[in-house]
Amino acid sequence: MKIVVAIKQVPMRDSQLRIGADGRWIQESDLSFEINEPDAYALEEALQLKEKHGGEVVALCAGPARAAQTIREALAKGADRAIHIEEENLPALDTLGVASLLARAVQNEAADLILTGLQSDDLGSGQTGVVLAEILGLPHATIIMQVEKLDGAIKVKRELEDGWFQFIEMPLPAVLTIQSGINKLRYATLMGIKKAKSKEIKRLTTAELVAPPAAVATLERIYPPLRAKQTQILDGTPKEAAAKLVEKLKFEVRVI
Amino acid sequence: MSGVLVITEQRGGAWNRMSWETIAAGQQLARDLNRPVFAAVAGHNVGALAAELGRKNLAYVHAVEHELLESYSADGYTAALEALIRAHHPSLVLFPHTYQVRDFAPKVAARFGQTLVSDVVGVRVENGVPVYVRQLFQGKLAGDVRISGDAPHFVSLQAGAYRADTVEAGSAPVETFSPQIAASAIRTRCEAPFRESARAVDLTSAGIIVSVGRGIKEKENIGIVQELAQALGGELAASRPICDSGWLPMERQVGSSGQTVSPKVYIAIGISGAIQHLVGMKGSKTIVAINKDAEAPIFEVADYGIVGDLFEVVPALTEEVKKAKA
Ligand SMILES: Cc1cc2nc3c(=O)[nH]c(=O)nc-3n(C[C@H](O)[C@H](O)[C@H](O)COP(=O)(O)OP(=O)(O)OC[C@H]3O[C@@H](n4cnc5c(N)ncnc54)[C@H](O)[C@@H]3O)c2cc1C
Ligand SMILES: Nc1ncnc2c1ncn2[C@@H]1O[C@H](COP(=O)(O)O)[C@@H](O)[C@H]1O
Repeated sequence: MKIVVAIKQVPMRDSQLRIGADGRWIQESDLSFEINEPDAYALEEALQLKEKHGGEVVALCAGPARAAQTIREALAKGADRAIHIEEENLPALDTLGVASLLARAVQNEAADLILTGLQSDDLGSGQTGVVLAEILGLPHATIIMQVEKLDGAIKVKRELEDGWFQFIEMPLPAVLTIQSGINKLRYATLMGIKKAKSKEIKRLTTAELVAPPAAVATLERIYPPLRAKQTQILDGTPKEAAAKLVEKLKFEVRVI
Repeated sequence: MSGVLVITEQRGGAWNRMSWETIAAGQQLARDLNRPVFAAVAGHNVGALAAELGRKNLAYVHAVEHELLESYSADGYTAALEALIRAHHPSLVLFPHTYQVRDFAPKVAARFGQTLVSDVVGVRVENGVPVYVRQLFQGKLAGDVRISGDAPHFVSLQAGAYRADTVEAGSAPVETFSPQIAASAIRTRCEAPFRESARAVDLTSAGIIVSVGRGIKEKENIGIVQELAQALGGELAASRPICDSGWLPMERQVGSSGQTVSPKVYIAIGISGAIQHLVGMKGSKTIVAINKDAEAPIFEVADYGIVGDLFEVVPALTEEVKKAKA
């Protein structure tokens, strides 16, 4: 089974975010980056499927030069090779633009399965995988918590709201968007890290792929969210703050 | 005149409540844009549901009928709604941002060369042009998005962005729309939805909930939060990553894919406050947040907050609770 996994590089969780000078995106210079969380689960799922059924895992990433670091980490975990679409100005594209780039990069790969994360931690559009499937003319399913390979088909468990699930079957090739928690993530081994150095990363430029459609949805301005509620901050040392909270719980909320 | 089309959601004849929020949004936006508002409900035998929509202040109701829409499939819904939109040329199509909408609406938008602007929390109309507000970085920042290109434009709305109780009553004619859908065009085969085993823990009846998030760092540390829960006589709950890691069972998960709770007091410890968590607990009477990041989105819904290191604050709090109860 040949599996392509779309991985996006995003700022590390708990980064202190500052708004950039043009007010349209964050200041990236002083940040560290990592793989988007659900994409790590998508990669793990691909590796486990390969271990069970044989085949190849190809990591696919559109992003600036710094994304090479995240791609190397995917190779160190066990991906066989990678495709890096070098795009310095990712925030200028919308989902249709990004999905078009990804689609052009994989259209000749003849993959059996394409996995994406269900949502990116930075933009949170939650739709690149679905649009990718539409462009490639493939069936898809979203928010997937289990994947089972059948003969020429797959059976997946889709998460619904409020703790409900549903099984769905579809023919291969197909696109799935993977939910965090579907499996247990592995760490890269020293051996894996060493091997990754000699694995192939195919670099493609946007120009080679035919320019993506101009963005129709544009992010004009970013800013700190407006607060709906006035939080009463209880200050002081941890002990003082704790004592103040207990007062509130006792005399105002009346649960003690 | 081309107007605002609201796509509602139903399953087995029961409404998804977010449908009403989306209708409220559609009515408000249509007024601001000076356009008519329509609503559609898709399925099989949706006459009664369409009639209910017909008692709202809408220009028209579309009952999108087909036996292949009896149960949901991305291919079936995409085909049906693409046909409806091509027949009626709305300028804007609004969806509730449900799991089902996430599954097919991006596909519908792509068929029109458009990008769905998803999970919108608010809309401003500036000089007759809507500006859509979205959350970025899991709620840590907000952003204004404008859509260009030919109509229709596609937008989905976050749960709670508009209030269902502001839907205006009225009267609207119902038209049946029968799209052509070939059975062979539906490539997925869906089984009936099910719930994993019965829930051993019912958080919905708890009066006090102490909930732990990824700020706890390691499984071994959960003990300090458990002690606080015990001291308060409350239930222990968690954000999704804690359950994903297997540190607590999934039945203790609060949020869109877990339980929805509304205790007297909800204490969120080391939880950032992503929307998927907030929808599960923002109905709590009192919300307390303990977080080292003063900018964490959880403080947007908190009544009381302690900005600090949970490893210092939580043991101190347990101590104070025990003292107060002694
Ligand atoms: C379709 C879908 C469904 C989802 N369903 C759910 C759901 O049902 N429930 C749910 O919870 N999530 C759900 N999520 C995930 C959600 O988007 C967030 O990723 C998740 O809620 C984050 O959990 P967290 O706040 O514990 O972790 P993080 O976002 O990592 O936050 C950790 C917080 O801890 C704070 N912190 C760190 N160290 C300390 C310290 N020493 N002292 C004090 N504070 C500290 C940090 O400042 C940060 O705010 C869903 C996501 C999707 C896409
Ligand atoms: N630039 C990118 N490169 C590779 N994969 C991406 C990129 N952007 C989005 N994706 C994939 O699409 C998923 C959903 O992203 P989004 O639609 O932005 O929420 C992510 O989890 C990734 O798997």
